[in-house]
Amino acid sequence: MSGRYPAQSFEELIATTRFDVHERAHIVVDTDVCRDCSTRECIVACPANLFVPTADGGILFNYEQCFECGTCYLVCNREGAVSWSYPLGGYGVVFRQS
Amino acid sequence: MTEPAPTPDVWDAVIVGAGPAGSCAASVLARAGHRVLLLERGPFPGSKNMYGGVVYPRILDRLHPSWWESAPMQRWVTRRSTMMLTDTQAVSVDFRTTAWGAPPYNGATALRPEFDAWLAAKATDDGATLLCSTTATGLIRDERGHVVGVHTDRPDGDLAAKIVIACDGVNSFLAKQAGLYEPVDAHHYTLGVKQTIALPRRTIEERFGVRGRDGVDIEILGGTSGINGGAFLYTNLDSIALGVVLEMTKLGRQRRRPEDVIERLKQHPALSPLVEGGEVAEFSAHVIPEAGLAMMPKMTGDGLLVAGDAAALCLAAGIWLEGVNFAMASGIYAAEAAAEALAAGDMSSAGLAGYARRLDDSFVLRDHRRFRRAPKLVLSDRVQHLYPQLLAGTVEAMFRVDNPQPKPGLRRILAAERKRLGIRRRDLLRDTLTGWRTFG
Repeated sequence: MSGRYPAQSFEELIATTRFDVHERAHIVVDTDVCRDCSTRECIVACPANLFVPTADGGILFNYEQCFECGTCYLVCNREGAVSWSYPLGGYGVVFRQS
Repeated sequence: MTEPAPTPDVWDAVIVGAGPAGSCAASVLARAGHRVLLLERGPFPGSKNMYGGVVYPRILDRLHPSWWESAPMQRWVTRRSTMMLTDTQAVSVDFRTTAWGAPPYNGATALRPEFDAWLAAKATDDGATLLCSTTATGLIRDERGHVVGVHTDRPDGDLAAKIVIACDGVNSFLAKQAGLYEPVDAHHYTLGVKQTIALPRRTIEERFGVRGRDGVDIEILGGTSGINGGAFLYTNLDSIALGVVLEMTKLGRQRRRPEDVIERLKQHPALSPLVEGGEVAEFSAHVIPEAGLAMMPKMTGDGLLVAGDAAALCLAAGIWLEGVNFAMASGIYAAEAAAEALAAGDMSSAGLAGYARRLDDSFVLRDHRRFRRAPKLVLSDRVQHLYPQLLAGTVEAMFRVDNPQPKPGLRRILAAERKRLGIRRRDLLRDTLTGWRTFG
């Protein structure tokens, strides 16, 4: 297999998807709970790449380009780390060609 | 659409989710003369749905005869391939038939935002009321504990209903709130991630060997960077859908991100010529209920039915990957049972027992029972990581012309490959037997 770089950056990839972002976050991550987590599966598993480790050992999460798939709450093994719900009706991801 | 009827104080049925299950349920109940509200949290039906998928439409024939004249299908699937990949090899079983290129069609590709919207519009034509941009946030129960409506996220958004049909997708809040699910087990789910890649119609026809509106469905085992799962490639009219399905726990416990898995798949020598030059038109992801019978919830409660992905009805049986047809059928059966309950005035679990009976007697649970061992076998480590190599290695050795060596014969080749890969004879025999019992 060649060692080429991926054809486009993740930013370019996710820019193809429409998100009607509401001002209120529909998923909240308690970074203090995340500090105790050694597995951090959310970071690799979230298809929208929304979970980022911070320098102080926590997790930074941004809800704005969320696919609302549910991967994060499924892989998270820490009670109370991820508070998951849907965005307000009419908001969030809008698939058009999927 | 005709003048909307005045909003009743109590709907006969509130259906949560205007996906394939919800819209079919809404059509059936509306045609029976009931006052039906179909809720959708997205701005339009299908806006929150994606799949790696083919719609198998037989179940639609009765509900919407000659559906192919108005449904926004992309291509009629006349050719399907099952492909097994190693890093450098591919073995395919490729089949095509002209029969599937003519009505009533065996299967078709479609874009869910278009297909779901069409199906919901049919439901409103039938008399259902569609309310979008409205999320059902919880069940309302009366003093007996019977479901009598839903809370929504609209101001003063409580809705009263004699029956609630939860078609709210794989993560179903409502079914979980009703206690119908066992505690969620991440092993039962896979993550589907997809690129819709734009390619000119003519290019698709040339690359996939089809003409007109005919199209292709390629199901792939291997090529997912060592993560248990599978991949797919479907042809739309002027785009292709290329994606991966990744077992949730395996994905979390390794280091490669889903978009990288897709990128590596696109570079595979068997696929890169097919996708070359195309620009990504949309990137999407969705969770799939993969485990069938092992994960299904109870689907009937007092005043409540659960259908579609909310009832974990996707069939993931290796070469048979179906979800939309299961959702549509379960929506129809739920609505028929609901209509019976409404006529009898008994919306308790007992009054709604017709739903479970219909599911049991139909392909929905019959197919699931027949293939109940399939998800575990297909996702098993040997099938995922060793058997594609065994097969490809054996086929390569069969076709290698290694003169002046004479041909070794299949038995010697198979034994050599098996040894090379460290597969024990008894495991191969046992898996063959399991495979036969699972699919035979």
